[in-house]
Amino acid sequence: MSSAKQEILDRIQNALKDIPPDEKPDDITVDRSYRTTSDDDQDILVNRFAQRVGEYKATVQRVSQSDVLQTIKDSCKREKVQQLVIPPGLAKELYPNELDLLKDTHEVQLTHHQLDDADGVLTTCALAVAETGTIILDAGEGQGRRALTLLPDYHLCVVYEDQIVGIFPEAIRHFEEKMQTKAPPMTLISGPSATSDIELNRVEGVHGPRRLEVLIVEE
Amino acid sequence: MSKRSKHQRTPTFEESAEGYLSNTQLRRNIGHATHTIRDKRAGVVAEMPDWEKLREAGAKLKQRTMRHLDKYLVQLEESVQQAGGQVHWARDADEANRIILDLVKAKQVEEVVKVKSITTDEIGLNKALAGEGIQALETDLAELIVQLAEDEPSHILVPAIHKNRAEIRELFREKLGNRELSDKPEELAEAARIYLRRKFLSAEVGISGGNFAVAETGTVSVVESEGNGRMCTTLPNTLISVLGIEKIIPTWRDFEVFMQLLPRSATAERMNPYNSFWTGVEDGDGPQEFHLVLLDNGRTKVLADEMGRQTLHCIRCSACLNVCPVYERTGGHAYHSVYPGPIGAILTPQLKGLDDPSAASLPYASSLCGACYEVCPVKINIPEVLVHLRGEIVKKKEKEGSLREKMDPEHVAMKWMGRTFRKRSRYERAQKVARSGQKLFTHDGTISKLPGELSKWTAMRDLKPIPKQTFREWWKTRS
Amino acid sequence: MVRLLERLGHTVDFPMEQTCCGQMHYNTGYQEETIPLVRRFVDVFDHAEAIVAPSASCVGMVKEFYPKVADLTGEDKLIQKVDEIIPRVYELSQFLVDKLGVEDVGAYYPHRVTYHPTCHSLRMLKVGDAPLKLLRNVKGIDLVELPAAEECCGFGGTFAIKNADTSMAMLGDKIRHIKDTEAEVCAAGDNSCLMHIGGALKRQRGGVETVHLAEILASTEDENGEMDHE
Repeated sequence: MSSAKQEILDRIQNALKDIPPDEKPDDITVDRSYRTTSDDDQDILVNRFAQRVGEYKATVQRVSQSDVLQTIKDSCKREKVQQLVIPPGLAKELYPNELDLLKDTHEVQLTHHQLDDADGVLTTCALAVAETGTIILDAGEGQGRRALTLLPDYHLCVVYEDQIVGIFPEAIRHFEEKMQTKAPPMTLISGPSATSDIELNRVEGVHGPRRLEVLIVEE
Repeated sequence: MSKRSKHQRTPTFEESAEGYLSNTQLRRNIGHATHTIRDKRAGVVAEMPDWEKLREAGAKLKQRTMRHLDKYLVQLEESVQQAGGQVHWARDADEANRIILDLVKAKQVEEVVKVKSITTDEIGLNKALAGEGIQALETDLAELIVQLAEDEPSHILVPAIHKNRAEIRELFREKLGNRELSDKPEELAEAARIYLRRKFLSAEVGISGGNFAVAETGTVSVVESEGNGRMCTTLPNTLISVLGIEKIIPTWRDFEVFMQLLPRSATAERMNPYNSFWTGVEDGDGPQEFHLVLLDNGRTKVLADEMGRQTLHCIRCSACLNVCPVYERTGGHAYHSVYPGPIGAILTPQLKGLDDPSAASLPYASSLCGACYEVCPVKINIPEVLVHLRGEIVKKKEKEGSLREKMDPEHVAMKWMGRTFRKRSRYERAQKVARSGQKLFTHDGTISKLPGELSKWTAMRDLKPIPKQTFREWWKTRS
Repeated sequence: MVRLLERLGHTVDFPMEQTCCGQMHYNTGYQEETIPLVRRFVDVFDHAEAIVAPSASCVGMVKEFYPKVADLTGEDKLIQKVDEIIPRVYELSQFLVDKLGVEDVGAYYPHRVTYHPTCHSLRMLKVGDAPLKLLRNVKGIDLVELPAAEECCGFGGTFAIKNADTSMAMLGDKIRHIKDTEAEVCAAGDNSCLMHIGGALKRQRGGVETVHLAEILASTEDENGEMDHE
């Protein structure tokens, strides 16, 4: 054991002399009767999610299953996307094949510069939260490694209605087991990049994707 | 008490305040900013039916953590190591800087990219790196502004709040070489973006702080708005994160509490734009080398003070700064510490020790109004700790103080009044003496000038004299 | 306050042995000095049914901090006595509204008044709108809301002297808000704030008087003057 570690632990034990030696951490009870589930119907949640993400200045569209692909193509056209990054495992039915698709794979990864030069990235998500307008990526299939959703300036994200939960604790508990075992990197996105440092005016976009578009797909 | 002259030692709060109070730009900026965030925060908190329950849970979780900090730190180290990360322990700032320097030098780079981290400011990391020819580039827009201006941050969350856009335009024109820049916020942000993107794409080493570290899983989190946090923690091949030992939380589940408390308290949002959670290293995704540096630097001293220990519960939201009537008028620099405002007034003296006159002046930089305690998401009773620290300062003066310190007018007055209040006869006599004595100072029914320390009152305020008949005397006449 | 309580039909006693609650000492860091004052308090008021003070800060000191001071001594008997006495200690407006259930005390005060909720009453004792309820029922009163009422006036005990500059900056804004109401009178439940606010108003020749809540409530139609005692 490093001497620094030993010394710090010794200091801590000394500092905590007033704690009864047989006290266990759980003896300090934590009342968890704050909200952990949402009572609202799914359609209310979907509406709320759409509204809240929209408030962050993301573009939000609600589409049916059959219209998803066309909407993806139209959005890419509108956003002038020519090179689109595709993460590994994204359903092929979602590919807008007219575009130049840059497929990131586990074997051959796109470089930082390629990602930077691309016009956009298309992903699904792992979960979404209505109350906070949050999209959660867990680097799984259809989402890809973190750099993919960081460097391109436009992020088009497909969220299925049944992926939307009501409140934040539901999301945390949803991933609890995964985090206790696999613990993939998690990225929570609640709107496009923003800053409000200069005189507190909200200025959209500094480093992350400045344009975020969310397609909420009805089952 | 320092024998060095006023010019050599760090000024006390009292000495600094007047200058900052007179800075009109500062008063305008900080007044506007704090009131704006204050109101917004109230709005998003009002939305939460279980806010008080969350505060209580947050307080209890932090209490649990601090009371068993050694166990949790050991668990954290194991979890991080199992996930492929490395853990380093630093007893103080110098040790932390040495560890980081060695790690950076091993990569043979001259520049590293940084995410805003007050912890790294606390240890003076940038200066330590610069001393060895390594430039630490701040990537948070406000920190970039502060760095380019060779200035110091004045707010935990909005460090450049004391600068207005015209000042920033001039700064960018000069330092980023963009002559054509206007002062529109969008253009300023774009200039910073272009400049920094080049740096992000080529950086090999990133340095960050962290908001929380989960003992159970080894997960570290960064909470941010701009995306530079994601850039620094994802793009370089080597990531070094510096966290104070108090940043730890027991389990992943505890995020359901803290991630609801923090954004609403800090930026008055339901959720901030980006939250990154990473655990050790992930093959093929992000840095392949992760170093977690755990920092003590006085935190164990705070831990040892049973009453002061709650100071370590702080989750660095800055809600207390935004409601503090003192901070909103003097700004952060008056505190002469990386931690300003109410939390700074209790954390700084405990970290630095009471021998430092500037740090020791901070517990008095408060009218004890209690607004901070009301908004603290983890219920730190800041007024209680302020009063406790004042008690420690007085005790220290009595034990170690020079005769000069003990003859300090406040000290003498307090001791004398303490004696007087103990006995009714002394109390009543003192009233009578004061009433006679005040005749010297009373003109036209008002006291406008008092000598000595009390002149600080009469410099700007009048004082009503003790009435001809005190309540006690009136009471006696009834029977 | 005595007149008010007697008018409402209560027997009022003022134990002459009392001195001071010790808040000034406690807050400035002289906690040891307050120990004898705590002992004194529990003795002097031992048999009182209710102990009322026209001061949220004093009552706050007793209710919040006397237990801590008692803990300093480690004496179980004192700790117990403090615990027993605390529920019987009231700030005036809390006593009237919460304990006695009275919101109209039959007062008459024909002036434009604005009310400043002191930090102790607002945050420590959480008296809520008890003072306002009482004031609204005063006959003849023109009660006007104080903007940014919850902001501290800047007194803070020794803070007003030690950090006089900052204290004045805070007071300046409080005064501005008071003047904006165009009130003749600024009322509050704590003499400390009143002394602070009143002192600056006087110096500025501000034309606004500071009056304690109790004085207003005690005023009746036959005599609505000011009582000149502590």
